[in-house]
Amino acid sequence: MQAMIKIDRLRKDFGRFTAVDDISFEVNQGEVLGFLGPNGAGKSTTMKMITGYLPPSSGSVTVAGYDVAEHPLEVKRRIGYLPEGAPAYPDMTPADFLDFIAEVRGFRGKEKQRRVQDTVRQVSLEDVLHQPIDTLSKGFKRRVGLAQAILHDPQVLIMDEPTDGLDPNQKHEVRTLIGNMAREKVIILSTHILEEVHAVCSRAIIIARGRIVADGTPEELEAKSQWHNSVTLTLSPGKDSPEQVREQLEAMPGVARLETLPGHDNRLRYQLYPHAARPILADVSRMVHERQWEVEEMRQNQGRLDDVFRAITA
Amino acid sequence: MKGSNLWVLFKRELSAYFATPIAYVFIVIFLFLSGIFTFYLGGFFARGQADLLPFFSFHPWLYLFLIPALAMRLWAEERKSGSIELLLTLPVTVSQAVMGKFLAAWAFTAIALSLTFPVWITVNYLGEPDNGVILAGYLGSLLMAGAALAIGASISALTKNQVIAFVVSLVVTLVFILSGFPLVLDFFSGWAPQAVVDAIASFSFLTHFDAISKGVIDVRDIIYFLSLTAFWLFANITFLEMKKAD
Ligand SMILES: Nc1ncnc2c1ncn2[C@@H]1O[C@H](COP(=O)(O)OP(=O)(O)O)[C@@H](O)[C@H]1O
Ligand SMILES: [Mg+2]
Repeated sequence: MQAMIKIDRLRKDFGRFTAVDDISFEVNQGEVLGFLGPNGAGKSTTMKMITGYLPPSSGSVTVAGYDVAEHPLEVKRRIGYLPEGAPAYPDMTPADFLDFIAEVRGFRGKEKQRRVQDTVRQVSLEDVLHQPIDTLSKGFKRRVGLAQAILHDPQVLIMDEPTDGLDPNQKHEVRTLIGNMAREKVIILSTHILEEVHAVCSRAIIIARGRIVADGTPEELEAKSQWHNSVTLTLSPGKDSPEQVREQLEAMPGVARLETLPGHDNRLRYQLYPHAARPILADVSRMVHERQWEVEEMRQNQGRLDDVFRAITA
Repeated sequence: MKGSNLWVLFKRELSAYFATPIAYVFIVIFLFLSGIFTFYLGGFFARGQADLLPFFSFHPWLYLFLIPALAMRLWAEERKSGSIELLLTLPVTVSQAVMGKFLAAWAFTAIALSLTFPVWITVNYLGEPDNGVILAGYLGSLLMAGAALAIGASISALTKNQVIAFVVSLVVTLVFILSGFPLVLDFFSGWAPQAVVDAIASFSFLTHFDAISKGVIDVRDIIYFLSLTAFWLFANITFLEMKKAD
């Protein structure tokens, strides 16, 4: 099957500054792609080129087999887009605004009414339908933006920072909504909140200074962390002295490095890093048994996305 | 599909005027100034003639301020709020978006202009004017408003600052009005060849509008306004394509 979105050597220059620098990737049906990167990395610029708002300086974007430069309308029909900050017409009410969007999307009469009603229900806009968008809270404004993007049930949904500036409950609602739509669409969303990637994305691309620096499932990215498969171990004070314990742990073949963590009440706390992220939990466990140390905590770490993110975008 | 999208955009734009006080403020100011110009400055009664010449002869000056005020928000506001990104990623072409906005603004001006009908009634009550000439005056006025709107709209597409859009459109419109002003033409006719003077005069709103408003409907005057409008609308499209990014 052909990829739904195909981005080939995409580049965007603003004067002498290169905002997006030779980016290529493909996205398939059912994928929720998180676009990660620090501010100014080029996330929005890339999305603007995919949606046909900005012409690329070079390279191409193909959506559902249509080249954006050659068939912009075919592409725009298939995409729902939530621009950064969810702009809308502030003097309109959500009812009028969605009615307008539905008409531009080619719906008329009963079908139009049904689309608007369904979308309003999906994003829970019932209570503010007849209030000017200007007067709505940030959360509601964002929902209006989302409604506008999903009204025509697009094959491709592109959202620029969909949860930025929302409170935790609103964030949760938006993520649930995205999760519900994930299967039958291609979704690309940008964010700089890493927990979001775990919450909704099946794949993450990290970009920095206009280039892709990592691409994989959230788990794959975490595996790049130095914390990945490291073991945190906390022992109650026992017959072995701290020096002895430390020596024996360091002597284990799988352990590359040991870090002593601060512990309360004479507890001994260590962070054990493996060679090449090979699991060492079983070895550590065996050692603990043999030496009859009293364990308070023993766990293997996944590695955190933040660390990876910071390490590769710094 | 194509035509219907233009209609959808047109409807939204036109109703946007009435969603805020803009429409009412504009119409009231328009009527108020028309009245002052016609009856007070124009000496409508003192002239003792049954025509609307004083009414129409002030229209270029009325439009000089009012049309840039009407047009300044067309694109600058979309840029400022970011809704331009939404609009231009909907399945519409840039030319549909430009035409939708322009036609709505023009229709709105036509509404404001048609609300001056009491002036027409008054002159018919007082005397026996040539209503054909008056109709020609309205036609000329509407054509001139269209050209000024096209200028204002396309300058509005260059900035997100409405004040800048207003001032620059006003200056450009002034240039188009003034190039037919006797003062300017006299200045040139002192030394420039007659062909140049004619060329400058031929670019003027005044030259073409005066002829129409006196009831002389020459196809060339109509073509002048329509082609000027078309030229600026084309510029509007080009400006948008060129300057989408910021
Ligand atoms: N219209 C523009 N003109 C000049 N520079 C721009 C323009 N738009 C974006 N940039 C620059 O391009 C870079 C990438 O911007 P953007 O794509 O918005 O980043 P992100 O969305 O990842 O925060 C930034 O350094 C930004 O300043
Ligand atoms: Mg951004």
